[in-house]
Amino acid sequence: MTADTLGKLYRNGEVIVQAGEIGNCMYVIQRGQAEVLLQDEDGEVCVAVLGEGDVFGEMALFDQEVRSATVRARGEVWALTLEKKTFLRRIHEDPSLVFNILEKMSRRIRELNDSLKKALGRGSTLR
Amino acid sequence: MPPHPELGDGSRVAVMGGGPSGSFFSYFLLQIARRAGLDLHVDIYEPRDFSATGPRGCNMCGGIISESLVQNLAAEGINLPAAVVQRGIDSYFLHMDVGSVRIETPLQEMRIAAVHRGAGPRGMKGEVGCRGFDGYLLELALAKGAHLVRKKVEGVAWEEGRPRLKTQDGSEETYDLLAVTAGVNTGSLKLFEGLVPAYRPPQSTKTYICEFCLGRETIQKYLGSSMHVFLLNIPRLEFAALIPKGDYVTLCLLGRDIDKELVQSFLDAPEVKQCLPPGWQVPADFCHCSPRLTIQGAVNPFADRLVFIGDCGVTRLYKDGIGAAYRTAKAAAKTAVFEGLAAQDFRRHYWPACQRLCTDNRIGKVVFAVTHQIQNWRFLRRGVWRMVTREQQREGGHRYMSMVLWDTFTGSAPYRSVFLRSLHPSFLGRLFWETVVGSRSLDMSSQQTGRS
Repeated sequence: MTADTLGKLYRNGEVIVQAGEIGNCMYVIQRGQAEVLLQDEDGEVCVAVLGEGDVFGEMALFDQEVRSATVRARGEVWALTLEKKTFLRRIHEDPSLVFNILEKMSRRIRELNDSLKKALGRGSTLR
Repeated sequence: MPPHPELGDGSRVAVMGGGPSGSFFSYFLLQIARRAGLDLHVDIYEPRDFSATGPRGCNMCGGIISESLVQNLAAEGINLPAAVVQRGIDSYFLHMDVGSVRIETPLQEMRIAAVHRGAGPRGMKGEVGCRGFDGYLLELALAKGAHLVRKKVEGVAWEEGRPRLKTQDGSEETYDLLAVTAGVNTGSLKLFEGLVPAYRPPQSTKTYICEFCLGRETIQKYLGSSMHVFLLNIPRLEFAALIPKGDYVTLCLLGRDIDKELVQSFLDAPEVKQCLPPGWQVPADFCHCSPRLTIQGAVNPFADRLVFIGDCGVTRLYKDGIGAAYRTAKAAAKTAVFEGLAAQDFRRHYWPACQRLCTDNRIGKVVFAVTHQIQNWRFLRRGVWRMVTREQQREGGHRYMSMVLWDTFTGSAPYRSVFLRSLHPSFLGRLFWETVVGSRSLDMSSQQTGRS
């Protein structure tokens, strides 16, 4: 066991977040990589690889929906868990705490827009 | 009427002290200002080199980053690297004469970080990649755009209502705002006597901290990834903890007039000996210090264009001083950017964050007074031990005493929350029951011993 890393250890291939489950926490990767997987008719598709400092599962903080994707460890991953209730209480005490997460979500929306533009091949119609 | 003092593009800010309060303040000030479209010049005055081992580069404290601060920093995008975390802590052992019990984190994660404040204890042979927490935070502030001035401030004066700093080489600089983040273990606060009449420095008490080199494997074997807390009935000793870090273990003692005799009687206690290798002796030379710890916050830690943050302002009683530095530094930075630099602005928008800590500290004194009684009375220690042991053996269910002790000793929750949970009827009922049963079994065993 690595004594100098924070969070919990997930082994290679271990599912950290399962699509379709109700989420009550978010995660911050402390060490290693994890892949974000979506299910389509052809099977699993890896849509992103997350690394140190990346946040996932944060949508559970803001809505009551189930997890939208599966996140699986790629190699050994250490991830820190931030429980929804505790974290929401802290956000109510200091709303600026959520700024970094909003910035990351905003960046992801822009990346999604870019992907969508490329996929549709008519970027000029998108705002 | 003079214009309301506030920060504008190109404003100059001085930060006196590059410890956690100074680095957090600079980091958040620059981050918030950038979001608000302000370009500031921030100078951090810090003569010490945090990459040096021993007292020269150390800010002298136990070096525990609480669960709540680790999580808040992660949410802020500040993830402590492995080189800074000397050991992740996932549990703690409570040691008393009636027994020892291990209390685990709710999610069985490494959620607390044990760190070196400087680059490590005196004599450390420079472990590859080992970095101190204070140096890491300072680098974060510098990466945000702050400038490091490696000079000691030797004089502070007012020049047309603005703070003017004089350093040891005779150079002088005037600023729009001065943040004092100097701590209570330097003489820097004397510079403000008479300059800020309403300011009353904090009250402090002496602690004792030392580091023993045992080697990584020995530490893993005897201490593991647990913080070890001792509630022992040793005269003058209030609280003691052993914190594993890399090759070292840090001993923190809190009490009255801590001297060699008290340290030795603590190390001779059987509850302590069982945490150390058999036959281990205190080495002839080891890194130790007796830093001061703030126990009563400052009064009026602000003036026009001046704010005191962290230990020299208001901090948390006994635990999570770095977490308090984070919260107050952020409150001061938000005030400076959005509200203004007048004393009134700091009173309205910064002081409430300090007051919340002051109020919580008053409750903390009650919590520690109760802990002190537990330390003094064997039947109470037995009741506490029985209650925690049963909670830890049971899968699921409420862990009232475990959580109360966890939050008290790790500083992960406000003392108010600890106090309110300890008033829960189930908590009190269970403690009463375990204390009564524990006392009866003690009486019966002593009667049997008497007959035999």
